[in-house]
Amino acid sequence: MQTILSANLPPSRFVPRPIPARSGVGLKAQHVGDILETAADIGFFEVHAENYMGAGGLPHAQLRAIRERYPLSVHGVGMSIGGEGRIDPQHLARFKAVVDHYQPGLVSEHLAWSTHDDVFYNDLLPLPYTGATLARIVDHVGQVQEAIGRQILIENPSTYVTFAESTWSEVDFMTEIARRSGCGLLLDVNNVFVSAANHGYGARDYVAAYPLDRVQEIHLGGHAKDADDAGRPLLIDAHDREVADDVWALYRLVLARTGPLPTLIEWDNDVPAWPMLAAEAERADRLIGRNRPPVHVGLAGVALVAQ
Amino acid sequence: MTGVASGTESGTAGAGNGGFAAGLLDPDVEVPAEISGRRAATRRYGVYRNNVVVGLIDALKAAYPSLLVIMGEMNFARVGRHFIAAHPPRSPMMQDFGAGFAEFLAGFAPLRGSPFLADVARLERAWLEAYHAADAAPLTGADLAGLAPEAMAGLVLPAHPALAVICSDHPIGDLFAYRFGRPERGPDLAASQSALVTRPELEVRVTMVTRPQARFLGSLAAGQPLGEATEATLAAEPEFDLATALALALQSGAFVRPLA
Repeated sequence: MQTILSANLPPSRFVPRPIPARSGVGLKAQHVGDILETAADIGFFEVHAENYMGAGGLPHAQLRAIRERYPLSVHGVGMSIGGEGRIDPQHLARFKAVVDHYQPGLVSEHLAWSTHDDVFYNDLLPLPYTGATLARIVDHVGQVQEAIGRQILIENPSTYVTFAESTWSEVDFMTEIARRSGCGLLLDVNNVFVSAANHGYGARDYVAAYPLDRVQEIHLGGHAKDADDAGRPLLIDAHDREVADDVWALYRLVLARTGPLPTLIEWDNDVPAWPMLAAEAERADRLIGRNRPPVHVGLAGVALVAQ
Repeated sequence: MTGVASGTESGTAGAGNGGFAAGLLDPDVEVPAEISGRRAATRRYGVYRNNVVVGLIDALKAAYPSLLVIMGEMNFARVGRHFIAAHPPRSPMMQDFGAGFAEFLAGFAPLRGSPFLADVARLERAWLEAYHAADAAPLTGADLAGLAPEAMAGLVLPAHPALAVICSDHPIGDLFAYRFGRPERGPDLAASQSALVTRPELEVRVTMVTRPQARFLGSLAAGQPLGEATEATLAAEPEFDLATALALALQSGAFVRPLA
C-alpha cells in the first residue's frame, strides 16, 4: 500500500497577514461550513500543520477558503523538537511547504518529543531538563527556523511526570531556549495550570517568573480531573471541554502583565457545535479588550492609540 | 524539582527518551526508572500510555469506519492493539498510519474465518488516499470527441491521482456501506463485488463495477493503451461492453487528459 505523498502545493497566492491581538479558534473541518456561512467574527484560526500535508482534496480546499478570509497560525505537533535523533528532513520539508503555501502569521511547535528510533508515538512526550537536552533543543529549534526562514514559537508542555535527572526548572529552561535560539514563546495557560497542579508548584509563581516579553501567543483549553497512585489530583490536558474558571483567572493575570495577545481556544476532543466554541472565543476577546491600552483623544480630536 | 525554581543538584543520567518510550506500547514494561517517584508513578506514566494507545486506536478507527461497524468497538480495538504493536506509525503524517492494515488483517490468524475484512480495508484505504490525493481536472467526453478510431486505440489514459480499482471475491460494496449504518440484514457473503474509487472534485466516489469493467479500468490505470486493454478484456470476459465502461470512467472522473 502506498503512502500518501505530500504536497506539491502550488505557489502561494497568499499575502502574509499578521495575527491580531484577539481570540482565535483551532480549526475543525466540521465547523468550516458554519464559519464561512456566518462570516464568524474570529480574530484568527490555527491548524495543525500535519493535517495539511496531503497532496490535495478537501482539507486544502477548506483551509484556502479560511485563509482567504482570516489570519492563520500554523502549529506543528510532530516535529519532535525534544527528540534524541535528528530532525526528520522529510518532515521538515513538508512543514516548510505548508508554511510557504499558507503564509501564516505565526508558526509554533512544542517543548516535547514524539519520535524515537523511527517510531512516531503521536503524543507530546516529556523530557528531562538538563544541559544536554537544552543544547539539543536549541539546535533543533535553530534547524527549523533556518529551514523555514522565520522565527517559531515554542509552547510550554503539560506534564504528568518529572525526571530525577532534571537540573533546570521549566521556566528557566524555556527562558534559555528562547535566549539561545532566538525563538519566541507560546504560553499555554492551561498547561501551566495542569503542570503546576500535577507537580505541586504555584501556577502564579510560574507565570511571575516566566519571560512574558518573549510570549507572542497564548493557548487556552479544557482539562480533565483524575487522581494519581497516591490519590492526589492529576489533571489531564484533554482539550475536551470548556476552559476551567481557575484557568480563566490565571489568564487574566497573564493579560494584565502582557497586555493584549493573540489567544487560541483549543478544543480537540468531543468537539462541540460551532456556537459553543465561538462563545469561548468571545469570552477571551472580552478579556483581551479590557486589557487594551486606552485610546487617547489628541488636541485636534484625532484618536491615537497609545503604544 | 519544581517548575519554577532551579535546584543545583546535578542529578543522575537516565536512559533518555528510549527508556521512556519502551513501555508506551507494552503494558508489561515497568514504569521507566528515570521518572521521579517511579514507584508511585504508575498512573502518571499511564496517562502517556493511554494517550499513545488510545490515540493510535482512534486514528485507526477514523481511517477504517466501515470495519469499525462491521467488527464492533471491542473487536476492532483488540485487533488494533495487535496491529499497533506490529506496525507502529513511522511518520508524523498520521494519514500514512494504517496503510498496511489490509495486509495485516489478511495474515492475522484469528480472523481467518472472515477473509472479506482485508478487502474492505483495501477499499477504505483507497477511499482515504483518494480523499488526500492531488487535485486534477478529470478527462471528459469532450476531450475524446473527434478522435479518429486509430488514435483512440493507441490512447494511453493517465490515471487521475485519486483513482483506485479494487477487485474482490467478497461483497465489499455492501460492507463498505456499513460506515453509513449497520443494515437490518447482512450482505450475501458469497457475492463478489468490485469497486471504482474516484474523486472528480472534492468528494470521494465509490462506484460498484462489474468484474470485466474492473479488469478493463485496472488495465488502463496500469498504462495499457485503450485498444489493447479492450481486446484483453474481451478475450477473458466476452460480455464486456466497451461503451458502458468508458462512459462510467468518464462520468466518475477516473482519468486525466493525456499529455499532448
